[in-house]
Amino acid sequence: MSERITQTRGAAAGAQAETSVADAELDCRGLLCPLPVYQASRAIDRLLPGQALRVVCTDPGSLADFPALARQRGLALLSAEERDGVQVFRLRKDGDG
Amino acid sequence: MSALAALGAVPARADGRARRLAMVASKGTLDGAYPALILAATAVSLGWEVGIFFTFYGLDIIHRKKHRKLKVPSLGNPAMPVPLPSLVGVLPGMTAVATWMMKRWMKRSRMLDVGQFLDIAREGGVRLFACSTTMGVMGVRAEDLVEGVDIAGATAFLDFAADADVSLFV
Repeated sequence: MSERITQTRGAAAGAQAETSVADAELDCRGLLCPLPVYQASRAIDRLLPGQALRVVCTDPGSLADFPALARQRGLALLSAEERDGVQVFRLRKDGDG
Repeated sequence: MSALAALGAVPARADGRARRLAMVASKGTLDGAYPALILAATAVSLGWEVGIFFTFYGLDIIHRKKHRKLKVPSLGNPAMPVPLPSLVGVLPGMTAVATWMMKRWMKRSRMLDVGQFLDIAREGGVRLFACSTTMGVMGVRAEDLVEGVDIAGATAFLDFAADADVSLFV
């Protein structure tokens, strides 16, 4: 599994810049567990293999939950970062997801 | 809502089968229903199979009318939403106050209600086992329950739970 965690925007400013490179966006700001993971899961269902989803959250639990979602569903967690109480994740569906 | 049943199975287990969560929901209170339903919605999101055995007062969670009227008990609940001495919990109306506060918190947090979580469970293929013994003891009829439940005894639930990766009593 080709997992690559990008910690900072600055470090990813090269060829594989992570900013906004996603096929779908999901705004989960203001939602609490389990809704960010539930909505992300439904959004992932609609992706084709190889496509990526970008999720924006404000539930601090999402920092633990999204890596777990990726592991359980066999997704690649391309990036996970937090800034000013906002968490941003990018997940890529590689296989059936 | 779109069909979560379309979720691909997770080949996370060595045998290739999806992971399975088996839960017993035994409490007919709002604060008893939420943990079970939230865990079910989460497991569905992960692509797991889920089954919940609703037994004794937990049967109210899948009761057509009662699931909308679940309450937060004020008595014997030191952590109830109203910060008052436990003894005050016996006063008439305190359960209604505690329930109202919990529902207000949930709404303010944009949390779903019990009926919406039941919808997610059914769309996600969660098996809702209605305990037939409870139904017999308490005089609950099949038509009193929400759509899509399986009336079953403990044997059928244990048969499902025997292959579970996670088993919880709520």
